[in-house]
Amino acid sequence: MSLLAVHGLTAFYGDFQALFGITLRIDEGEAVAVIGSNGAGKTTFLRAISGLLAVPLDAVHFAGRPVGGHPAHELVAHGIVMVPEGRRIFPSLTVKENLKVGAYRKRSGPWSLERVWELFPVLAERSNQSGATLSGGEQQMLAIGRALMANPRLLLFDEISLGLAPSVVRHLYHTLPAITGGGTTALIVEQDVSQVLGVADRVFCFRKGQVSLEGRPADLTRAQIAAAYFGV
Amino acid sequence: MLNSVVQGILLGGLYALFATGLSLIFGVMRLVNLAHGDLSILAAFLALVVVRVTEINPLLALLVVVPAMAGFGYLMQRGVLNFTLGRGVLPPVLVTFGFSIIIQNLLLEVFSADSQRLNPGRIETASIAIGKELAIGWFPLITFVVAVLIVIGLQLFMSGTSLGRALRATSDDQEAAELMGIDNRRLYGVAMALALAIVGVAGVFLGIRTTFGPSSGPDRLLFAFEAVIIGGLGSLWGTLAGGIILGVAQTIGAKFSPGWGILTGHLVFLAVLFVRPTGLFRGTQ
Amino acid sequence: MTEPAFVVERGTRTSRVGAVAGAVVLLMLAALPLWGTRSLMRMLVEFISLLVLAQMWNLLAGYAGLVSIGQQAYVGLGGYALIVLADDLGVDPFASVFLAGLVAAAFSVPTAALVFRFRGGYFAVGTWTVAEVYRLLIANSPRLGRGSGRTLAAVFPLAPDTREALTYWLALLIGTGAIIHSYLHLRSRFGLSLTAIRDSEPASESLGIDVFRTKLCVYIIASFGAGLTGALIYLNLLRISPDAAFTVNWTAFMIFIVVIGGIGTIEGPIVGTLVFFLLREFLADFGAWYLILLGVVAVLVMLRYPQGLWGLIADRWDVRFFPVQRRVRFGAAPAGEADADRSAGLTSGAT
Repeated sequence: MSLLAVHGLTAFYGDFQALFGITLRIDEGEAVAVIGSNGAGKTTFLRAISGLLAVPLDAVHFAGRPVGGHPAHELVAHGIVMVPEGRRIFPSLTVKENLKVGAYRKRSGPWSLERVWELFPVLAERSNQSGATLSGGEQQMLAIGRALMANPRLLLFDEISLGLAPSVVRHLYHTLPAITGGGTTALIVEQDVSQVLGVADRVFCFRKGQVSLEGRPADLTRAQIAAAYFGV
Repeated sequence: MLNSVVQGILLGGLYALFATGLSLIFGVMRLVNLAHGDLSILAAFLALVVVRVTEINPLLALLVVVPAMAGFGYLMQRGVLNFTLGRGVLPPVLVTFGFSIIIQNLLLEVFSADSQRLNPGRIETASIAIGKELAIGWFPLITFVVAVLIVIGLQLFMSGTSLGRALRATSDDQEAAELMGIDNRRLYGVAMALALAIVGVAGVFLGIRTTFGPSSGPDRLLFAFEAVIIGGLGSLWGTLAGGIILGVAQTIGAKFSPGWGILTGHLVFLAVLFVRPTGLFRGTQ
Repeated sequence: MTEPAFVVERGTRTSRVGAVAGAVVLLMLAALPLWGTRSLMRMLVEFISLLVLAQMWNLLAGYAGLVSIGQQAYVGLGGYALIVLADDLGVDPFASVFLAGLVAAAFSVPTAALVFRFRGGYFAVGTWTVAEVYRLLIANSPRLGRGSGRTLAAVFPLAPDTREALTYWLALLIGTGAIIHSYLHLRSRFGLSLTAIRDSEPASESLGIDVFRTKLCVYIIASFGAGLTGALIYLNLLRISPDAAFTVNWTAFMIFIVVIGGIGTIEGPIVGTLVFFLLREFLADFGAWYLILLGVVAVLVMLRYPQGLWGLIADRWDVRFFPVQRRVRFGAAPAGEADADRSAGLTSGAT
């Protein structure tokens, strides 16, 4: 049984349809990438999975249970946690407080404040600083650390490379195996294809709200990916 | 003159009690509860009923009033006010204003327009004499101390507890907080319960200090609002300071002419607004 | 695909019928002093007063998004301005009513300078606070009668019948003027910019709309209207006191009428005022209960049916007496009225 099973998922913003029937499965322990250009529906997809967007109950199954449309705060308790687009750390809280908020639901698991300090030492140095004073890359680490504190079963990454320098992005992706190594399943949405293909077990390409390509990175050629990405 | 200033400072403690609840709710959910003052009067009338029925001291009636107000706050928030949020400016203003009118007129119908007073016994008039000029009433002093304790308690709660952190996170970014597993609706209910518990204390203390009636609410709202603005949004200590400044302004104004007490407070408020709209003490917002 | 021919039109069949009916009603009302009772006249003056107050608040909050709960300031200022102009300065009382509106408008400018520093809920409380300041200033003023207020003496030379008829006609003039003004204003570019601001301020700014000036304009107009009406009210009542003139109940009436009737439409306040009067008559024997019921109904309407009573009616039967939207009608060249009902109904704002 897959950890995440999405079947015929459609999503609307008012009258505008963003997703036209997405079907995919993710097994526990996998690292899956979702790539696609702007407006392809990747973030909409994550919002649907994480509970920020109302979708039909049966469209999303998590660990065998239908959870489509359940509110985000409930899904966190089940173990679906998102690192949101744009980091969205809490500016009036310190680094340490941001991390502690991540543990609000008190889910049990391997992640703790100490382990996050180990993973991102620079955060430990700045533990009492306000979240707003961090650089973009540090904020991204904080956002990831905060999500880890919730001890997720499925960790969703929404465009973590956005607005960051390439070296910073490389560093972040280097830490990914340490995160997924413990058995956490990862669903990574990215525009920066090259970085994410290096860490993903499987990749899906979205175009205009539909899955245009699916496979293992090793099995796919650049031409195939470009065709699925741009639709030429 | 010194006496007036000291009285003003102590009065400021009472105003700070009113202002703290208002500030808390605005900080957490950007809601200005126009029924804030009327809710404190509701609390005072509740205490009155408890006292009449049980004949206990009004200060002991707090044991009933505070939990009752907290419970009422939670229900009001989850039952009605949560539905006014995120829909623009008008719904919260209108609904809380509606509550204000409803509460005032309900109290009027049930209790009549007569002025009421809560009598705590000797403590109300007892005072300490300091030097030749200064006499500090025990009760105003207690009010002030309670206000300071509540501000301290609230600060500790917001910075030191999981719930307090969650409240601050929610006020920063409601959606991101939801992604951390925080249920906004429940949290807002808790915040309102907390605010109304404080309002309950404020109402009872007011009822002891001065006479009150069904239409006494709006003035309290205005004073609370002025204290918050003078002190600066986002700072609990600022709100305390704002309350003190307002209290002092009113007391000194009243010394010159009885009708000018409240007006002086208003004018000081307008002056601060004109000169330094962000308030005298910057907070986190 | 060729583009379908279309026409942008304003009036609907209902509105054209309504306009004719309205003119007839107006003529009948104008002749009222000849065929009606004195109490009916007084009630109509009151009705019109509340209607205009509601229209003004609707303009302020429903169109410009300025949710003020301090409009009672201008009701009071208008009332007192009337007394000062007519009694102390010897100006003709009926002309004073209009001048009183100007006085109120004058006070609204410095007021706006202060309260516009706030937004949303704090703006609301700020306007209430300023209203209180005006009340206290007047209540402390010996020349204005302090707490006990004053009586309008300038009209005493007139016979009661004459005075009441003149007051009534003035009210009719003001009421009709207010409705026509709202209608014309909202049909114009100004009205369109108001709707734009209401929907999105940043977007409006980017289109070149001076948001601040537009809002200030609306605030001044609404205050003029409130002041004018305040003067009319006290011309009718003859006796003014600070507590009565500056009571927040004026705002309560305005808000509840507009919300229940239908915010953002011109018909809404008319419906709302009717509902208000009915409620008050029904519950006349029950003291403050009509206010409680009014409040409860307003809260319920706001939560469940935000478009108000008129909004429900208009949406259900597509009826508009004061069409301020522009509709696009697809089909051949501009045709007759039969097509109006088949129009695409792409509206550009309001409700």
